[in-house]
Amino acid sequence: MKAAAFDYLRATSVAEACALLREHGDEARLIAGGQSLTPMMAMRLTRAAQLIDINEISALKFIALDDGVARTGACTRQCVIERDAALAARVPMLRQALMWVGHIQTRNRGTVGGSLMHADPAAELPLVAQVLGATLMLRSVDGVRAVPAAEFFIAPLTTAARADECLEEIHWPLWNTHRTGSAFVETSRRHGDFAIVASAAQIALDDEGRCTRAAFGIGGGNSTPVAFAHIAKNLLGALLDEQTIAAAAHASANEMEFSSDLHAGADYRLHLAATLTARALRDARDQALSKS
Amino acid sequence: MTPPFRYIGKHRRTCEDPRFVTGRGRYVADIALPGMKHVAIVASPHASARITAIRTDAARALPGVHYVLTGGEFHAATDALVSGIDAPNMKRYALAKDVVRYSGEWVAAVVADTRALAEDAAELVEVDYEILPHVIDPEIAVHSGSPLVHTAQGTNVLFQRRFVWGAVDKAFAQADHRIALRTTWGRNSTVPIETFGVAANWDAGQQVLDIWASIQMPKFPDQTARALRLPGNAVRVHYDVDVGGSYGVKRGLKHTVLVAYLARKLGMPVRFIEDRLENMRGGDMQGPDRIFDMQAAFDNDGTVRALKIRALDDVGAYAGRAPLQLGKPITAICGPYRIAAVEYEPISVMTNKTPQEAVRGFSQAPTNFAIERTMDHIARHLNMDRIALRRKNLILKEEFPYRIPSGSSYDSGDYHAVLDKALQAADYASLINRRDQARAAGRYAGIGIATCLEPSGGNASFEPLFNPKNDTTTWMDSCLVRVDLSGAITGVMNTSSSGQGHETLVSTVIGEILERDPANIRVVRADSLSALPSNSPVGSRMAIMLGGAAAGAARKIRETVIAIAAHNLGCAASEAIYANGDVSVQNYPDRRLTWDEISTIAHRKYHQMPPDVEPGLQAKFVWQVPTGGSLPNANGEVQIYPCYAFEAHIVYVELDPDTARPEIKQYVCGHDCGVMINPDIVHGMTYGGIAHGIGAALYEKFAYTDDGQLASGTFMDYLIPSAMEIPAISIVDHCTPSPLTTFGQKGSGEAGYLGAPAAVANAVNDALAPLGVSVETLPMTQDALWRTIQSVKKQRK
Amino acid sequence: MSEKLYNIAVEVNGVVRQAQVPARLSLVDWLREELRLTGTHVGCEHGICGACSIMLNGDPVRACLMFAVQADGHKITTVEGLANADGTLSVLQDSFCQTHGLQCGYCTPGMLIAAQGLLNTVSQPSEAQIREAIGGNLCRCTGYQQIVDAVQLAAERLAESK
Repeated sequence: MKAAAFDYLRATSVAEACALLREHGDEARLIAGGQSLTPMMAMRLTRAAQLIDINEISALKFIALDDGVARTGACTRQCVIERDAALAARVPMLRQALMWVGHIQTRNRGTVGGSLMHADPAAELPLVAQVLGATLMLRSVDGVRAVPAAEFFIAPLTTAARADECLEEIHWPLWNTHRTGSAFVETSRRHGDFAIVASAAQIALDDEGRCTRAAFGIGGGNSTPVAFAHIAKNLLGALLDEQTIAAAAHASANEMEFSSDLHAGADYRLHLAATLTARALRDARDQALSKS
Repeated sequence: MTPPFRYIGKHRRTCEDPRFVTGRGRYVADIALPGMKHVAIVASPHASARITAIRTDAARALPGVHYVLTGGEFHAATDALVSGIDAPNMKRYALAKDVVRYSGEWVAAVVADTRALAEDAAELVEVDYEILPHVIDPEIAVHSGSPLVHTAQGTNVLFQRRFVWGAVDKAFAQADHRIALRTTWGRNSTVPIETFGVAANWDAGQQVLDIWASIQMPKFPDQTARALRLPGNAVRVHYDVDVGGSYGVKRGLKHTVLVAYLARKLGMPVRFIEDRLENMRGGDMQGPDRIFDMQAAFDNDGTVRALKIRALDDVGAYAGRAPLQLGKPITAICGPYRIAAVEYEPISVMTNKTPQEAVRGFSQAPTNFAIERTMDHIARHLNMDRIALRRKNLILKEEFPYRIPSGSSYDSGDYHAVLDKALQAADYASLINRRDQARAAGRYAGIGIATCLEPSGGNASFEPLFNPKNDTTTWMDSCLVRVDLSGAITGVMNTSSSGQGHETLVSTVIGEILERDPANIRVVRADSLSALPSNSPVGSRMAIMLGGAAAGAARKIRETVIAIAAHNLGCAASEAIYANGDVSVQNYPDRRLTWDEISTIAHRKYHQMPPDVEPGLQAKFVWQVPTGGSLPNANGEVQIYPCYAFEAHIVYVELDPDTARPEIKQYVCGHDCGVMINPDIVHGMTYGGIAHGIGAALYEKFAYTDDGQLASGTFMDYLIPSAMEIPAISIVDHCTPSPLTTFGQKGSGEAGYLGAPAAVANAVNDALAPLGVSVETLPMTQDALWRTIQSVKKQRK
Repeated sequence: MSEKLYNIAVEVNGVVRQAQVPARLSLVDWLREELRLTGTHVGCEHGICGACSIMLNGDPVRACLMFAVQADGHKITTVEGLANADGTLSVLQDSFCQTHGLQCGYCTPGMLIAAQGLLNTVSQPSEAQIREAIGGNLCRCTGYQQIVDAVQLAAERLAESK
């Protein structure tokens, strides 16, 4: 398990990374934390003529809380996101999801942008991006374009990013609602494994406990994680009782196209999707209710 | 020797730990020979195919590549590997020739300056295959119409025999009740974190092949030499290599013969360290894969009168010692129970899967699992408490030695006491409450009980049952103890270790006998050309066999020390008082020689030596497994292992009501392995065995697709449990000394693993009991558990 | 065609080590094969078993998931760098010996790195925190019990010595 030979290029700025990508074309690959790319290279499932390392670009490592949006640099380590109290207060789902991502050692090196660009359908961060409606800022030598998560994840390990684009930052919308709750729930065979199924939800309630805003989604066993804005819309104005939650969970689960693998059959995944989505909605609701 | 002991049984730090915590272990991958070359493997992508062409030119042309070896040359130049059973037309070599029989089988080996270059070249080796029919399901493979894994063998069945011990049919005819069930043990293995590795160098001057390997295997030098057509004394295996875990499987004979051949052929040191993908697919270290058809005959009061066991085991595409794993459990075929009659029909069958290797317990764990599932089914059938049923059938303390129908005598035990201790430690009454409250709250909750045996002191007296041409009955081990001119003590052992703490074992035992501090006793390993005989640490044998050998040699030293002292002090040996290595004359404490003085006499003052005593101060002791050494009778009855430890497991499990994900909430193991020489080592192996057993019960499987591909060939899919899956474990000790061993010790290397899968399976099934269903196939994945629960819910709708 | 080599300078256990490495050489292979720091072990080479754990700038990471060239300019601590300056065992190493928190020793260096990473940030970790911290390190010998015991013991000793 030794990677095939490649040339190594260490980019010192985003502009340089983009220039290198343009110069070397399809055969070049960016490496961020490398927690998924490196083993794929070691198994020779992936090859790169040039490996462009963006780990040393300090401009890609930051957390900023602006009006209405939290911005994270693409190369910000997952452990940094996880530990950032201010970010956790405004986008709690990120920390909730990261508890399920790999292990401490992989989160110490793995990056938030790397996980999104890798686009494993069972990975946690792509689901968060989908549910929260994150925007991915992709830079090339031609400039920056903003791609919403809904358009970004296309298929397993396939995104809308072009081969000459470098993910620069991710924008996580902030909910300026007081009574907001969020939850990320998952089942996997072992702790730290990719999800068999994961569900995430964020709910805002008014003083009477009626839903004013809702977002939720499901990942694992489908070609991409999916958010269900159209179903979430139906929750607006409703008291989120068990029946309402169950109906939304079932409706969303039934829209997924699950596959079977070694660890779970498609029908089991369907069951899990409905169950865990209900659990996520319930947990998010209860958290919101706990805030007076 | 009986308690009180000075060092035995005490908490004492091990000799080995300091070098490991500082990163100074010396594993095979740490061996760097000057000019060493590296091997990568070209493996078959097909489960069954004919090789029609191999083109190696492009690979050989790559700079840095030294050789590409294929099966044609290798088969002509070496002999087939030794098989445990008599299957003359099942030839096994490291490299395939003409035909591949499993996906991952080695087809070619590339030698290059670096492993990365070897992998580059391996990609350039082109192999043309013509795909042949394959068989993956052992129940299909046993039939005559099945595709044959080895055409020349004419059948996939390697072995089948029906043993009847006692009046089985009569018991079944007369008993109040009979049940039948099927349980299936999934294909898992020990999967050490270190893969197998070997480095070899041909010393042309000495005409000796030097081998460093992560090996745990009896007769390894001999079998390597034989395959290479070398005399045994031309192979020198260096046993001073730390082995990064084995638990049975590190028997890389094929790896070694391949690498040694290349090293000799190329005249350069060569090493092959399996990468994890090679290890999982082509390392030939998968474990038992077994279907048990169990029948039991029992009475209203719970007395189990007879068992019928049919065990169909899938050994994969080649047979090494794997078929014999159906034989070892004969030594405890009725478990810890007074079951007077047993019928046993082992069937060994080949399929197009990766071959099977010896796994911790040599199949006692699967057999115990099948027996314990049967006990729970009997209890349920009778509506009898599971513990009461076990108490009813457990052999009584006063019945030892207890001869079981298949011929072995159990040495000693107090099974009821150990079970009681475990129940007390688990606070069984409150555990029942906890379970019932969980159930009342809508959760699936269950308690599992398993009472299992752990045969130890391994010999292989079951081999003749499976292969009449094999009449091996010798399973010796040995130790050499030396006291040097400075009075320092060195113990010499004759095999490698893979975590069992043998250096601590030997130094503790020598220290005990000689009354010298074990911390100052060095233990070294002879290489195979200077070693006394050893059968390696298999079958939970070293505490008994190496411990006994070290004690035997130390006793001889002690006697010699007394003889030298008595001669110089002018007293009879019977009047000499030995204390801490010094010797004085009875009633005359001033007439005394110190240990150092006696050592000096032995080495330098021949004029002070008694006649007929060897100069120097050294002694060897070689001995045979106690009670071993006899061949089976015509009915297939034979005394196999000498000692029998006992373990009683109590496990509490809950399943998530929504996801069916199992979680072990409490784990208690009552354990009696006689006198523990180092309790920390014994406890450690027991904890580890339990964790391994939890893996077998819930997580681990070498799964195959219908087209014969290994579906769990990485650590992302072969699921070894972590500290998050394994709960805190509580061990309760009990000590019934063995009357057969030096200090009353029994073996313990397989502890925990032999009962944990049974206990966990029983716990999960207790959780499912209110639904009236059970899961009888390991591993019990959450998908399978959900499916089982779902089947009930659907029926009830 | 010989592979291009890259100059790197990495501080390993307090000493700057300069080398020329091919891009594809993994960090763990460089430490083991070139620097002969063989205490760090290779178990799976795909980031699951944790045997190759080292500290990168003080944080535990997997050395099989980095290329050596990527470590240029960074600080690495391996198991060989855990002992006290005078060569005696660190509190954690000593605690592993005290509880026999190992058997074959193969996962041990990675376990020590993971546990030291925890103790560096949490002074009195709970059992759950310990289990999570070593949750990315597989051990086949111990069932983790005596490892958890060792980390607990080390935490207690460190607290007492403060």
